[in-house]
Amino acid sequence: MKLSREEVLHIARLARVALTEEEITRFSEQLSNLLENFEVLQQVDTTDVPPTAQSVALQSVMRGDEVKPSLPPEDILANAPRRESDCFKVRAVLE
Amino acid sequence: MNYETVIGLEVHAQLLTKSKMFCGCSADYASAPPNTHVCPVCMGMPGVLPVINRQAVEYTMMTAIALNCSITEYTRFDRKNYPYPDLMKGYQISQSYAPIGCNGCLAIDVDGQEKKIGIDNVHLEEDVAKLLHRAGPGGDGYSLVDVNRSGVPLMEIVCEPDLRSPEEARQYLIKLRSILQYLGVSTGNMEEGSFRCDANISVRPLGSKELGAKVEVKNLNSFKAVYLAMEYEAKRQRKAIVEGKKLVQETRGWVEDKGKTVSQRSKEYAHDYRYFPEPDLPPLVIGRDWVEEVRKKLPEMPEARRDRFIADYELPGYDADLLTREKAMAEYFEEGVRVGEEVSPKELSNWLLGEVSRIINAGNIDIDDFRKKVKPPMLVELILSSHGAINAATAKTVLENMFKTGKTADEIIKESGLSQISDTQELEKIVAEVINSNVQPVADFKAGKEMALKFLVGQVMKATKGRANPQLVNEVLKQKLAEA
Repeated sequence: MKLSREEVLHIARLARVALTEEEITRFSEQLSNLLENFEVLQQVDTTDVPPTAQSVALQSVMRGDEVKPSLPPEDILANAPRRESDCFKVRAVLE
Repeated sequence: MNYETVIGLEVHAQLLTKSKMFCGCSADYASAPPNTHVCPVCMGMPGVLPVINRQAVEYTMMTAIALNCSITEYTRFDRKNYPYPDLMKGYQISQSYAPIGCNGCLAIDVDGQEKKIGIDNVHLEEDVAKLLHRAGPGGDGYSLVDVNRSGVPLMEIVCEPDLRSPEEARQYLIKLRSILQYLGVSTGNMEEGSFRCDANISVRPLGSKELGAKVEVKNLNSFKAVYLAMEYEAKRQRKAIVEGKKLVQETRGWVEDKGKTVSQRSKEYAHDYRYFPEPDLPPLVIGRDWVEEVRKKLPEMPEARRDRFIADYELPGYDADLLTREKAMAEYFEEGVRVGEEVSPKELSNWLLGEVSRIINAGNIDIDDFRKKVKPPMLVELILSSHGAINAATAKTVLENMFKTGKTADEIIKESGLSQISDTQELEKIVAEVINSNVQPVADFKAGKEMALKFLVGQVMKATKGRANPQLVNEVLKQKLAEA
């Protein structure tokens, strides 16, 4: 299955990634190859297999409502590209 | 042509858990310094593992059951992807395909008639970070991100487009909030943002089955805002249809001080959330025994309490309805009834819905704030005083002083010498003076003018600064006038 140029640009926009012309061509091919692999997987007969979104046999894992210590703000902000006092600073966003 | 308004509401309510939805950080962020209730799970760091808060699931089940929903046995969480700085992970964990509660209903009162509003679903998700907008020096602004709120359990209640007027929307919200407060799952405080409402509204020709272009209205911070915004939108859309303009599906924001809605997002921002099952959380199976356990634990709901108030306390439906709307008011009333055997429930209700509500509304506070100053036994004591020691008008003044000072009725009455004059001898002296100095009215009364008596009673009350027992004044006056 070949992905169209528009589809690649749409995905890039959703991921907020800017692509060069060369990248559009390269990622079109790579993403198309990925989808082809899934097409191979789709050939497996799954008639009697119930659908699942999980590969581990766990269910209903829950915790009690207990407060645990948080991290100090200095650690939380350690990787912040920009900060102001104890907040992350980002470009203006409108509600 | 006649048109009808079609409204559906989405309500987000923060749940009153101690910890966040998927990690152990404290959910009590209101007065916490920025970014102090944050951990790697909140930040969406690589390799972290969110774990579901059982209490949040149970609160959502309680709400779903109270809203007559069926509880989904095989439920799960999904990722809702959207890049926005209020989400550190780039996605919000929500429920799209298998919400905890489905197909419920909530009955509201429309002009004395019961109307059932369908509940499409009740689901669980996480709140997002708070953005603080700052103006830059050259008018170029920026935003600051405080992650404390991110991950606080958020329950969303989505109703069917069954509401037909701004008033129905208001009634629905009042009823829904009351239920959440009775359940104790949310504070329901709209001003503080723990109870938020987005409204979908469209207009269509009466009798049409198809929905018109849907407009989503955001930024509704009070019941009044919801009412006014719905009223404005219904009018705006009707006008556009009549003028032959095409309405587009869009998101609009309510601007309180301008009293209107404005378009918020253009089409290029149309969302593509790409929901998919959350791989970090195994599916959640809600066993039927858990559902039954929760059902048994449900407290009495507002409607049941209203009916009980009518039956047990012989209150009129109007009183019972107003007293049970807010859980805290209903509790205050019942506590008062328990301690005040000599005060009838109806009299207590009159005080609560009259003077007490007036003080609450005037101060823009709630019954809990009032309770901090005047506890139910103190109000009962005041009502008892109004049967004898002081008259009704004085009692109202005393209540205001009680609320201001936190003192008891007895203390205030003693301190300010407000107690009623019930001593006949003392009254007789005052009455004699009034008769002597009001020759004409006395003559009028003797000539058969009943109105003159009222004037004389008024003079006695004035002379006693309202402290005389009006019945006694009447008796003494009549007696003295007969003698004169």
